[in-house]
Amino acid sequence: MKQFLSFVRKEFLHVLRDRKTLFILFGMPVVQILIFGFALTNEVKNSTIVVVDNAKDLSSQAIITRIEASRYFQIEKNLVGSKELEAAFRTGEIKMAIVFPAGFAESLQHQNTAQIQVIADASDPNTATTLTNYVSSIIRDYQTEMNVTNQLPYRIQPELRMLYNPQLKGAPNFVPGVMSLVLMLVCVMMTAISIVKEKENGTMEILLVSPFKPIMVVLAKALPYLLLSIINVITILLLSVFVLDLPIVGSILLLFGESILFIITCLTLGIFISVKTDSQQTAMLISLVGMLLPTLLFSGFLFPIENMPLPLQVFSNIVPAKWYYLMVKSIMIKGLGFSYIWKETLILVGITLFLLLISLKSFKIRLA
Amino acid sequence: MEQVIVCNGLTKRFGDFTAVDSITFEVNKGEIFGFLGANGAGKTTAMRMLCGLSTPSSGKATIAGFDVYKQTEQIKKNIGYMSQKFSLYDDLTVQENITFFAGIYGISDAEIKKNGDDLLLRLGMQDQAKKMVSSLPLGWKQKLAFSTAVIHKPKIVFLDEPTGGVDPVTRRQFWELIYEAADNGITIFVTTHYMDEAEYCKRVSIMVDGKVAALDTPSNLKEQFGANTMDEVFYHLAREAKRGE
Repeated sequence: MKQFLSFVRKEFLHVLRDRKTLFILFGMPVVQILIFGFALTNEVKNSTIVVVDNAKDLSSQAIITRIEASRYFQIEKNLVGSKELEAAFRTGEIKMAIVFPAGFAESLQHQNTAQIQVIADASDPNTATTLTNYVSSIIRDYQTEMNVTNQLPYRIQPELRMLYNPQLKGAPNFVPGVMSLVLMLVCVMMTAISIVKEKENGTMEILLVSPFKPIMVVLAKALPYLLLSIINVITILLLSVFVLDLPIVGSILLLFGESILFIITCLTLGIFISVKTDSQQTAMLISLVGMLLPTLLFSGFLFPIENMPLPLQVFSNIVPAKWYYLMVKSIMIKGLGFSYIWKETLILVGITLFLLLISLKSFKIRLA
Repeated sequence: MEQVIVCNGLTKRFGDFTAVDSITFEVNKGEIFGFLGANGAGKTTAMRMLCGLSTPSSGKATIAGFDVYKQTEQIKKNIGYMSQKFSLYDDLTVQENITFFAGIYGISDAEIKKNGDDLLLRLGMQDQAKKMVSSLPLGWKQKLAFSTAVIHKPKIVFLDEPTGGVDPVTRRQFWELIYEAADNGITIFVTTHYMDEAEYCKRVSIMVDGKVAALDTPSNLKEQFGANTMDEVFYHLAREAKRGE
């Protein structure tokens, strides 16, 4: 035990002394959370728009009030002429203009139909699409309501009703994604590199010749990264709760339990890579291409797995990050308990045991 | 005379290939034993078996009285090892390296402190204790590596080409350390490619194609092969090797 402690102490010295790496390890989750949280959002908020109300009747006012109430828009000023509009678009002052024709309510009441002109700045097509969708949805809402109170013989069903569904917000999806990504990176790559480093330096020989057991070498190497990763999990959760306003709905204890399980999975993966490789570069390349890429592609974090061809869907099942991502989503966002995610937990435990078994086996073969 | 290494018909086969072919020899306590051979002659494999890292295919061997088949843990406690890579941690200080290597042998803190201080004093490195190993010159690293390899006071220390890539003056100084350790009763088992170093050994064995082709004191070997230097003896034996690298 004392031998183990002196080994762990040495490992911590390695980690703490390498300031640059340490900075990256702790800085990375913060930067990723902030980038995903604020910069890479699909939502379009507080867009400056212009409403030209040529009708000035009850119906147009009602719709304008609704648009005003929405936090997606900021009605800048009432421009009237089409030339002024054009200029405002050109300078990029406004993103969209909504024009009500004269006699809007009249037309609606007598002919049961009316037109609203929606002009969007399509130089940014994504924003334009999103904004026009928001507006059409607001108009459709109004229409539906009118139809009900007026008991008109026809109804128009809104097609985009889920648009403001909070479940489609950006943050809940990427926090679990960033968590699996960061843990994967820290645990797999750092563990693999730190073990392979001993091989490269020739210190591994010394350790093997010493009475210190090989399995202990591996455990002592993994321990600092386990602690580091737990700190990273705490950082990410704190950021997501206090900076991104994303509360943890489910049990925090369960979340930590599953996170530690996933960390252990990643550590064994790192150990496995280190057993199979002899240079730090190879270890790094395998960790990045072999682990990080599948995590990005097949965890369901960036691309929905259901849309993939069947072989890829099957493949996604052996990506540990997929199961962790599912569990974190269930706990953090849906607030589900262990009874809902025991299957995923079991699969992750299985993957971990399998990896542990084959890495220990190949570790022994190398020694013989 | 106490014998600390006893090999009898020790053999290691990898499939059809016999890397080490029935080697037999003894090494006495406190002896400096040179273990020579061209690359691929089977030196490293033999050494791995003696260190308890690799199980022999057949034959017998005891290291410090412990059996290489069953008592590898005991063997590991009683030997030290140093390779040509000097095997220190560059990002740790001199003191930290000493503490670590003593620590994994389970030595008590008080003893680590005492042995470490002794070591620094002997090497004249007290002022460097807090310096990073990466900042030390090569010769000092090498001395430090040797000293940490014997910090747990092993009975035998295995040196695998310990002076590779080091200048002659530093090599000479390094051999003084080796003599000092031998005087203290530590048995030295050393492989080398430098024939002048072979002259420093008490006895030398030369391996060719997995077998021990010659084993005697350097002066007897020179006489036996009618050679003036160990270089000639080695060349005479090694050129008959059938195995390539």
